[in-house]
Amino acid sequence: MFRDLRIRFTIIILLTMGALFALAPSLTNNLPDWWKNSVHKIKLGLDLQGGMHLILEVEAEKAVESYMERTLNDLQSFLKNKGVLVVSADRKGLDIQIKYVEAGNKDIVPSLITNRYPELEVLKTTRQAGHGEITLTINPKQKAAMERSAVDQALETIRNRVDQFGVTEPDISRQGKDQILVQLPGIKDPERAIKLIGKTALLEFKLVDDEHSLEEALKGNIPPGDEILYQRIVDPDTGAVTRKPYLIKKKTLLTGDVLKDARVRINSQYGEPYVAITFDSRGAEEFEKITAKYVKKRLAIILDNNVYSAPVIQERIAGGRAQITGNFTAQEAHDLAIVLRAGALPAPVKILEKRTVGPTLGEDSIRRGITSVIIGGLLVVVFMAFYYKLSGVVADLALFLNVIFILAILAAFRATLTLPGIAGIVLTIGMAVDANVLIFERIREELWIGKTPRAAMEAGFSKAFITILDANVTTLIAAVVLYQFGTGPVKGFAVTLSIGIVSSMFTAIVVSRAIFDLAFEKRRIRKISI
Amino acid sequence: MRIFKPGMNIQFVRVRYIAITISLILILSGVISLIVHHGPNYGIDFRGGTMIQVRILKPTNIAEIRKSLQGLKLGEIVIQSIGGKSSNEYLIRLEKSSTSLKGISEIVKERLAQKFGLKNVVIRRVEMVGPKVGKDLRRKGLWAIVFSMIAILIYITWRFEFWFAIGAIVALAHDVTITVGVFSLTNKQINLAIVAAILTIIGYSLNDTIVVYDRIRENMKKLQKISFADLVNQSINETLSRTILTSLTTLITVVILFLVGGGVIHNFAFALIIGIVVGTYSSIYIASPVVLFFEPYGRNKKGARAKASAGRRVAASRPKPSKPLVSSSTPAAEPAIEVSPASQEAPAAPSKPATKSSSKKKKRSSNNKKKRRKK
Repeated sequence: MFRDLRIRFTIIILLTMGALFALAPSLTNNLPDWWKNSVHKIKLGLDLQGGMHLILEVEAEKAVESYMERTLNDLQSFLKNKGVLVVSADRKGLDIQIKYVEAGNKDIVPSLITNRYPELEVLKTTRQAGHGEITLTINPKQKAAMERSAVDQALETIRNRVDQFGVTEPDISRQGKDQILVQLPGIKDPERAIKLIGKTALLEFKLVDDEHSLEEALKGNIPPGDEILYQRIVDPDTGAVTRKPYLIKKKTLLTGDVLKDARVRINSQYGEPYVAITFDSRGAEEFEKITAKYVKKRLAIILDNNVYSAPVIQERIAGGRAQITGNFTAQEAHDLAIVLRAGALPAPVKILEKRTVGPTLGEDSIRRGITSVIIGGLLVVVFMAFYYKLSGVVADLALFLNVIFILAILAAFRATLTLPGIAGIVLTIGMAVDANVLIFERIREELWIGKTPRAAMEAGFSKAFITILDANVTTLIAAVVLYQFGTGPVKGFAVTLSIGIVSSMFTAIVVSRAIFDLAFEKRRIRKISI
Repeated sequence: MRIFKPGMNIQFVRVRYIAITISLILILSGVISLIVHHGPNYGIDFRGGTMIQVRILKPTNIAEIRKSLQGLKLGEIVIQSIGGKSSNEYLIRLEKSSTSLKGISEIVKERLAQKFGLKNVVIRRVEMVGPKVGKDLRRKGLWAIVFSMIAILIYITWRFEFWFAIGAIVALAHDVTITVGVFSLTNKQINLAIVAAILTIIGYSLNDTIVVYDRIRENMKKLQKISFADLVNQSINETLSRTILTSLTTLITVVILFLVGGGVIHNFAFALIIGIVVGTYSSIYIASPVVLFFEPYGRNKKGARAKASAGRRVAASRPKPSKPLVSSSTPAAEPAIEVSPASQEAPAAPSKPATKSSSKKKKRSSNNKKKRRKK
């Protein structure tokens, strides 16, 4: 090892200066900018600064299901164009079942379909008395790819939404196959954020079916190809919520993926907010076609299966603009504009885990944590000095350096400090003196069997070293496992514990040894105060 | 200051059966409690559910809060006051969790706001864990404990001997079972933080055990003539002061955490306190006697190898030969007054040994042995 004292002290002093350099921005703001820019403040976990931790599950299978639903519609018109008479077409989960009348003596339908839709797989075909039946499903590779891309897309969309919402340093990342981890530090209104993040925001334009009776449909006789959807109406005076039913044709004319922009506007007459949307060129063209085709019919604007409005199309609308009205508050309109701009989620999401911490609780925790560190640290320092006298003071110095090193490493590596992390530091303070206790007890033993102070000190350090190493490696094993297993705050605990173990070995073995050596070399002391 | 005198010899090994009986009673009462309670009292992390920490700025009580939440159909509701009377802070635990966007916390907040006024209700913390995640976390937590034990088993087998590893694992299982048992007896919930505490206890208790083992390994090389039981006992005695001191400093800091750390960290610190006390006890009374128990199987076959390798390691780390003694400076400069709780049991410290260092240890040990025989 570093035999020369001067080299050892140079290294220790350099490391200490480096640590103080890394730590300074976390302690004070009165520093030049270049300093603050080169090392950041210690990053606080959500439990200390307040905020929200969410784990969402993307129901990716739903994305595949809706793909199959679209395919089903598409297939029907495709077969019609090819002159095949379709008797019925149904979807059960991911399976499509089509019954048709066979025209020729050779059943060409299966090959027709698989040529046109290579992603589909034929599960079963039956032929019976001029009727054919085919069951199709999506091929597993395609399904997996679709699910993967649904999760990717959901991640991207959520990221967009959060960015527009304005949260500093959000952490949005994928976890496992179909989970998304969202961490929003310092957020004030977690419920609003959840609504913003979790809304599927599937915008659809569908026709209202005015040819059939709504009353009949409400009794249960829903015409084929139709569905009943509701509009949520809030009475502005009483705040009471009523649901108004609509009979809607299932076929989607246009969806929100052709949107270019969405902005909040205020209605000049009533001062009510609404969302103005602009289509891209393809959307504008489509919208114009639709409005031309269905003049005098009602077009329902539907978001996540809720009807927002169903105005009558007065005339062909060119220019690609439309508006979504409804009883919005300004905040709702603002959030709706964000989700429309960021795009729809390809599949609904479910909340698997949610943890929010209010900012006041975080401040409380920090205060209590720091108090614990100070009181615990002081007690240990006093105890060591009392029990081991001057040697104890050396250990205290090592302990003090140890805490500085831990915090500096946290700051330098942008690791997160959590409340259990602070507990880890407190625990490390108690355990860090262990190495010194081992060494000192060994020195006392060596002194007792009659060695000179110097020899006893040297023997004490070198004999205790192996013990310290073995003992710390095992604790480190537990800490590493903990890191692998833990989430958020618990991970923070594992991190500070591991850093603490390594840095305490350094301070106890290298730093205190150097001080002892210095005392023997320069002061030529005759006995150890231990 | 020095609490533990050198050369003391408390008969730890001799009372090992009493110690094992005490441990078994502790473990059994924990296990019985676990059976009566149908398994551990899992927190929402592992069971799924919702926990809301709320501060109500009006003076109120648990019954009033419970009344305001009546008829919500949220399953079992447990309300608990935390942080003392004056803080007006409550933990509301609900059996149900919700995966939908409109959170349970919002419903609860609405109800509380109706009763106490919106301004007087401060939601401090909400934790919602779905049942699927809870199950997942429970599995992961269990595996974490198992994996760390296996890793430790491998490490100790590598560094020491297999029987030592078995002793360490038995001691760890002992500590974990008792900690979980105490949590069951006191009806405290086990959540993620408690599993973290348990893993820390594993690491910590092992720390103590290793120190004793290390001394056994060293003494196996030096003291070949005494019985293994005596050797183990002597090793425990030699490391006793360190074991107690380190536990003491760690305990100090953890007790401070328990008292000052606040509600979130309270149970975590409680688990650590139990773990440290039990862990210290087990490394003295459990880990080494287990090695002793297996010794007839292990020592003959593997002992030679272990001894040899231990010898190599120690030899490699030896410092330069110590300088011959010149001065007659008193090596153990201690104050005259000493408190020694152990001194009644321990034989008086042998008189200061001769200054020749080579045969000292052996002499001392044979002295001790003679004294023990006299007893």
